[in-house]
Amino acid sequence: MAIIPLERKPLSLAERTYLPAILSGLKTTFARLLRPIETMEYPEQRPAIPPGYRGVPTLVKDPNGREKCVSCQLCEFVCPPKAIRITPGEIPADAPTAQVEKAPQAFEIDMLRCIYCGLCQEVCPEEAIFLQNQYSMSGYTRAEMVNHKDRLYELGGTLPDPHLKWDKKKAAAEHGNTH
Amino acid sequence: MFDFFFNLNPVIQGLIKGLAVILVIFPLAGACSLAERKVSAWMQGRPGPNRAIVPWFAYVPFLGRFLQRLGVFHLMADGAKFLFKEEPVPGHVNKLYFVLAPALAMMPAFTTVTVVPFGAYFDGAGHAIPLVLANVDVGLLAVFAVSSLGVYSLILAGWASNSKYPFLGSVRASAQLISYELSMTLSVVPVFLWINAPGTPGTMSLAKVVEFQSLPGFWGGTWFIFLMPLSAAIFLISLFAETNRQPFDMPESESDLVGGFHTEYGAFKWSLFFVAEYSHMLVGSGVFTLLFLGGWNPLPWLPLADFVAWLHSLGGAAFVVHPLFVGVLSIALFLGKVLVVIFFFMWVRWTVPRFRYDQVMKLGWQKLLPLAIANLIFYALAIAWVQTR
Repeated sequence: MAIIPLERKPLSLAERTYLPAILSGLKTTFARLLRPIETMEYPEQRPAIPPGYRGVPTLVKDPNGREKCVSCQLCEFVCPPKAIRITPGEIPADAPTAQVEKAPQAFEIDMLRCIYCGLCQEVCPEEAIFLQNQYSMSGYTRAEMVNHKDRLYELGGTLPDPHLKWDKKKAAAEHGNTH
Repeated sequence: MFDFFFNLNPVIQGLIKGLAVILVIFPLAGACSLAERKVSAWMQGRPGPNRAIVPWFAYVPFLGRFLQRLGVFHLMADGAKFLFKEEPVPGHVNKLYFVLAPALAMMPAFTTVTVVPFGAYFDGAGHAIPLVLANVDVGLLAVFAVSSLGVYSLILAGWASNSKYPFLGSVRASAQLISYELSMTLSVVPVFLWINAPGTPGTMSLAKVVEFQSLPGFWGGTWFIFLMPLSAAIFLISLFAETNRQPFDMPESESDLVGGFHTEYGAFKWSLFFVAEYSHMLVGSGVFTLLFLGGWNPLPWLPLADFVAWLHSLGGAAFVVHPLFVGVLSIALFLGKVLVVIFFFMWVRWTVPRFRYDQVMKLGWQKLLPLAIANLIFYALAIAWVQTR
């Protein structure tokens, strides 16, 4: 590290009065005054959400309307703040998607605990849980801040599914090829 | 109607005029606080206060929305809030002086208004009669004498608060005011040397200063800011310090002294300090306008009388030369200039950061004061040379 001596010139008389600096500052602020306002007026104007945004976690259905969650509880186990609580349930044998075998009976996400880390979405083998675009959660009571299963599906809606894994499994089983 | 007014007892006349002026100054000071918020917001790329609205006013098609966006109702909401919220009086304060200080802040602020002329009309002989509450000959001296009393309210507030930040704030206020009072007074002496030419009756009247800036000819019509730019600069800088405005707001300095002298104040008492500060600013800007910006003359080298004559020749309407119209016109011109100066105050506030306390003292005593003295000596010699030639 070489030491580079900087030559510091003494200030000129004009610089010592500070007036040129103040005048150029005044010019800057006046130019700012004339510029358009940059503030977004929030409740009326909403920000554009970029792709990959991690908003409120939601449960999604596939295009056929099947709930994708199979209540494997991986998200529940991975959740760092322990915000997810799943009660696993059976799918009745006479249902059209009986081959899936399991679905959540109850699925609760406590939004007071959730830290929006997105680990549940990453760990989900069924691509059933997604952190989507909703960024503002509010409620008057603690109970209101717990999202139950119905609410989670309502928030999540339907997302496109390129795999339709369980339909392929069913078709394969019907052709005598279970794996 | 005018005869009726002029036939009233002078005391009642004075009362009515005084009330009228206070009714203008008080809302104007409030409007300045709103303008401050708006200007600061626009300079920072924000819209500023723009939400509050009186419910039924929202139905007025265009105007309601416009006033809402302008934040006018925030002004009323703030005023109402200050009036109705709880008045906290901390337990450790000296109650009498604590309550007295804000009232004392208002008094000099409003008293100075009485000697500041704010317009003029012409009588039958074409003489300009200034519109002023008390046309006393001491004029500017009275302004200086009374406005510097304003610092006593700060000292009293800081002392009565009985806590260290207000106390520090008020000590700073007193030191700062004393430091800048000197250069301020010295900077305007050349103006009065110039208008008190040998052989003319001596005066300190502000209206006379304007009269001198409305004389015909190149040198007569020149505003004093062109004639004495250094005086104007020193006066303006001292004015910033006297009114405790950024970059000289030592008494308040919210970053190091919490709130300075008004740390312990809240609600209406606090707002009185606030209005007093803006009233000081208004009066100070008014004095600056009268001294250096030609008072109620519309443009340099275009006195009010010529302007009115020009308007009259333009349309030929008789009301143009009516004293009432001329008076209102001159008040509007004067207020317009004052508001421009007020805007300059705000503009500087959002441009220049606050000085350190020692820098303020150094600037006041080591820079401005010698400069003001040198300026005075220079102009004294120059005026002596010009006027005795």
